[in-house]
Amino acid sequence: MDSDYAIEADQLRRTYRGRSGWLRPRRTEVDAVRGVSFTVRRGELFGLLGPNGAGKTTTIKMLNTLLLPTSGTARVCGHDVVRQTREVRRRIGYVFGGDRGLYERLSALDNLRYFAELYGVSPRDRKRRIAELLDLVGLAGRERERVEGYSRGMRQRLHIARGLLHSPDVLFLDEPSIGVDPVAARELRRTVAELAATGTTVLLTTHYMVEADELCDRIAVIADGQIQALGSPAELRHRADGRRVVEVEAYGVPDTAVSALRGLPGVRETAVEERGALQLLTVQSDAHVDVQGEILRELAGVRLGRVSSREPTLEDAYVAIVNAA
Amino acid sequence: MLLLGTLMHVKQISRSPFEVAIAMVVPIVQATLAVYLFRSGGEQHRLIEAAVGAGLMGVWSSVLFGSGGAIQNQRWQGTLEMIMLAPRRPVLVILPITVATGLTGAYSLLATLAWGRLLYGIRLDFAHPAAFVAAAVVCVVALGMFGLLLASTFVLMRNANALTNALEYPIWLVSGMLVPITVLPAWTGPIAAVLPTTWGARALREATTGGPVWPSAGICLAISLVCLTLGGFAMTYVERRARAAATLALA
Repeated sequence: MDSDYAIEADQLRRTYRGRSGWLRPRRTEVDAVRGVSFTVRRGELFGLLGPNGAGKTTTIKMLNTLLLPTSGTARVCGHDVVRQTREVRRRIGYVFGGDRGLYERLSALDNLRYFAELYGVSPRDRKRRIAELLDLVGLAGRERERVEGYSRGMRQRLHIARGLLHSPDVLFLDEPSIGVDPVAARELRRTVAELAATGTTVLLTTHYMVEADELCDRIAVIADGQIQALGSPAELRHRADGRRVVEVEAYGVPDTAVSALRGLPGVRETAVEERGALQLLTVQSDAHVDVQGEILRELAGVRLGRVSSREPTLEDAYVAIVNAA
Repeated sequence: MLLLGTLMHVKQISRSPFEVAIAMVVPIVQATLAVYLFRSGGEQHRLIEAAVGAGLMGVWSSVLFGSGGAIQNQRWQGTLEMIMLAPRRPVLVILPITVATGLTGAYSLLATLAWGRLLYGIRLDFAHPAAFVAAAVVCVVALGMFGLLLASTFVLMRNANALTNALEYPIWLVSGMLVPITVLPAWTGPIAAVLPTTWGARALREATTGGPVWPSAGICLAISLVCLTLGGFAMTYVERRARAAATLALA
């Protein structure tokens, strides 16, 4: 590598322009990424966290050459992503989450053979490399089956094998654990950690705080197309210092009650997570203010489950950062 | 690279239940269409010529819908981004797809002839059998290269299907696959002259009924090489445009 950093993004911006209608065309513009700057050191595992539509995937796609930035510059392993596309592509792997991105009617082996050819793995090394990767992702013995018969977890593991075929210096993982069961997700985290330990730079986007907390050396929280916070998981957790979190399990909390909770003295954030019939209400408040009694008073008449009070986690810090954006 | 890529895409295309169903039905329809057209025109002696023309229509449909459909399918599957991300020239990535559609289309040519023989008793008497095989190979390769030029447009357009529908009939009509181009209006002549399909159809017809096969096959191949060159440049340009317009993915 010819640069100190594996990834350098400087004021990256991306605007999507759309047009609809023929007779009276209506033009739309969406600023998906608005001036994102960060660097990732070689061998670092860097997380990009943010809600849906925050600009994570757009940022990754600008860095991996799939999208041209509207303005700003980015370099991967010292190569400009706009002008030195092929140099960048030789050095990167890209894995995204979900069911798509593989040839369904081909076997895993055929998929890997084809992509090995595309990504320039020499014929001499191909067989050995494919066998190594099938072992790494636990698909050895199933490689001759068609991908259409694979479970989501197996597809995701095949994605990872495909992304590593050419031993990339930098691996972009775009929500790789989405829709994967907890056991498979744990395996995935182990694989990613091993990769980083062997010197591969990893840029990971995820919704899952546990994943980010466990894996990442540093995390950038992105919301509304801009980086809102950047630091180690411990540093980001400090963003929620001086706070206390009350969690309430409830059934059928009206919107008016949630609004009322937001207005309580000392309350900093509120969030409602739907879990089937159950709603998990999370209320962050200043640590010196005891809001639990007030919360229960506001929720009088609502059927409640467990109520607990705890120290803030990285997830609470993340919610605080995103809500402040 | 080209060989393995073509093989993989042939596998992928030929395992599609939809493609298999189309490949079973369309040649019967085409053979029937050709036979009744020529019978009603009182040209019973030209039935083999009609079957060959109808078969070539099948190859063209396969390339046209295959090139457009394959690009669109890759977009739906999420593989278009993955293959375009390879550190290769875009032409090397897309050409195997379009050649694969030509190869699967070759089945249509053979099947149309076979159904013509089985259902309508058309005698497969070729004036130059070896030249016919060579001309068929040239046609398949040529249409694959022509498909590359078309595919460059499809990479850029999210709704590529609309274009494929509009191009199917005009091309086989103007190329004289079924109806001689001499009966078409004069203004179609220059268009026909630059289409590889015209010369491919002529080469196949000459191999079937007798005539100088090689000049037509040579011109077909030459035009296709021009298409390959233009397609190569177009793909590089279009890939950059697609990155700017964000059309490699569905959303």
